[in-house]
Amino acid sequence: MGVKSVNETAGFATAVQVPAGAKRTLVLESGRAERNYWSDLWAYRELFLILGWRDVAVQYKQSVIGFAWAVVRPLLTMAIFTFVFGRLARLPSEGNAPYPLLVMAGMLPWFLLSSILSQGSSSLIQNSNLIGKVYFPRLIVPVASSVVAIVDFIVTLALFFVMMAIWQYPPDWRLILLPVAIIVALVAALGPVLMLAALNVKYRDFRFIVPFVVQFGLYISPVGFSSSVIPEKWRLMYSLNPAVGVIDSFRWCLLADAAPIYWPGMGLSVLVSVILLWLGVRTFRATEKSFADLI
Amino acid sequence: MPEPNEADIAIRAQGLGKKYIIGHQSAERVPTLRDALTRSASAILRSTGEILRGKPIVAGDETEEFWALRDINFEVARGEVMGIIGRNGAGKSTLLKVLSRITEPSEGRVEIKGRVASLLEVGTGFHPELSGRENIFLNGAILGMGRREIKAKFDEIVAFAEVERFLDTPVKRYSSGMYVRLAFAVAAHLEPEILVVDEVLAVGDAEFQKKCLGKMKDVAGGGRTVLFVSHNMGAIESLCPRAIQLSGGQVVSIGASGVVVLDYLDRWRAESSRTMQQRQLEPGLVFENLRTTTDIVRSGDVCEIELSFAAEIPGVITDCQLLIYSATGVRVAAVDVREFGILPFRYKPGRFLIRVKIESLPLVEGHYSLGVALGSSQHGATHENLCDIQVVSDLAFSTVRYPANVRGFIELAANAEVVSLKEHP
Repeated sequence: MGVKSVNETAGFATAVQVPAGAKRTLVLESGRAERNYWSDLWAYRELFLILGWRDVAVQYKQSVIGFAWAVVRPLLTMAIFTFVFGRLARLPSEGNAPYPLLVMAGMLPWFLLSSILSQGSSSLIQNSNLIGKVYFPRLIVPVASSVVAIVDFIVTLALFFVMMAIWQYPPDWRLILLPVAIIVALVAALGPVLMLAALNVKYRDFRFIVPFVVQFGLYISPVGFSSSVIPEKWRLMYSLNPAVGVIDSFRWCLLADAAPIYWPGMGLSVLVSVILLWLGVRTFRATEKSFADLI
Repeated sequence: MPEPNEADIAIRAQGLGKKYIIGHQSAERVPTLRDALTRSASAILRSTGEILRGKPIVAGDETEEFWALRDINFEVARGEVMGIIGRNGAGKSTLLKVLSRITEPSEGRVEIKGRVASLLEVGTGFHPELSGRENIFLNGAILGMGRREIKAKFDEIVAFAEVERFLDTPVKRYSSGMYVRLAFAVAAHLEPEILVVDEVLAVGDAEFQKKCLGKMKDVAGGGRTVLFVSHNMGAIESLCPRAIQLSGGQVVSIGASGVVVLDYLDRWRAESSRTMQQRQLEPGLVFENLRTTTDIVRSGDVCEIELSFAAEIPGVITDCQLLIYSATGVRVAAVDVREFGILPFRYKPGRFLIRVKIESLPLVEGHYSLGVALGSSQHGATHENLCDIQVVSDLAFSTVRYPANVRGFIELAANAEVVSLKEHP
């Protein structure tokens, strides 16, 4: 076993996790807040990546179905929404933007939000075997579950550019700001996800509530129509829905003819998102330690 | 064991306790639909109240606190290998969960110096759709290894698991042996300062178990602090110089593992004879007790077993067989009492006992249960699980043995020699 001992030394040297904290004394006590939580979270970033990668790998293992789903779902929904809102209801588009592109630009962030929400909120339950058997900052699980949604989002985004080429409707310079819009979307999704994931562990009732919220959200968010059709006096209240700010910012980045951003509404949406994120992290942190007992 | 100084303590638990809230249905029967409705209504009200107060819902209409661990105090020195033993439900797993930060204690505190890795299950997080290669990285990351660390040990892990040819096959196509080997191989290459291991050696075939035990020995000898839970007393005695015995969520003994193991077996026996219930064997004949006369049955030693009866009416026993079952319910042996010339036995009202002396009980160590097949002129029946016995290993054995669960049931008295064969010119 001489070779082994050499490797053991090497193992210690390459150990990535908690490199500096190795000598600190960890104290476990009831209700004790962990001081090193966020640095621990950073130390576990590889687990985050690998869990995200796992979900993507598993989803795309049967690659035909996995990939097709990311294309077919938005395409069909887009077709139906264009028909219902554009043709039947004759709602206006923004400027000269073709109605299908308007819908697609709204659906991109909506699917991102809704898949993060539905996958994330059940993620802890789905990984209950991990939670009952190993320690790691639990925050990793719901956050990592959003990686699949982000990969799907990228596929849908590629589809959007294909559609732009077909409709010959090129984006302008505002496309550069798309990453900012994506960050706004992730912030908006994360708060509710953390809250729902934590609550789902305690009360499985949320299993039934989440699909309902997602379905309902599709209709109250400006996915199939432009938010400029909302009467001016309701506009601010409408923006209480964080998805409104997210969708508006996506349209603004992607459609050259998009209506100018309605700033009070945008500000309110972002504020609500940030408050929800804070609440989500708080709820999650408060309940995190009892997950293993309840799951 | 000299008292370790402050700097050398890896784990210190002080007044550690873990409480769970459990619920039950109240004992009385529900007589009417109305009662059933009011009962479920009150349960719904209660759980709604609990949701509002942010407490977890507990099923049932009465709740009770259950202390899985209470007032646990111990210290583990750096580099020490500590065994943890106790019956099912004694709190071993809960203790490991607390120490590995999976769940937080309800009272008391634990101080831990060093990076902890826990191995409470083999193959935690393995995904059936992913290949062996992918699962090594996944499982390694879950156990707390970095990607570079896994890469550095990848070949070693694969060689240990003996799955080279199937690295790119999804693990759902693996045989259960391969699966377990791969899972253990990843875990075995984990190199934390403190390793917390639950009963993980009870997997795989004999050859692999030997390898696992060897690996555990390496880990234990490598200066790392190890907490090791097992039901395999042989493994505890050979791997751990010291052990903690838990019972009912409390530490009942702590010290040199040989002493703690014997204490455990004593308690185990005392408890199992206390909990054995009386059984009506025949109309008018109650089987009162079945006990072994020595406290510990050591493999290969004499064993006396007494069956005591209470008869209300006269009758006759025509047939009596003492049956020995393995923990998995396989009948290992039967002693036919008819052979000893005491049957048929005519009994009068009153108490009597049948004493069976087994000259040598060469069983492999472990849990066995005793049963009796009794026959009278009218009636015959087999009664299983009348009494549990614990057989401990024969300490005279010199080499490290394979775990009990791969050695079958019987220790054979055997001998072997090497004979050099001379070539005939």
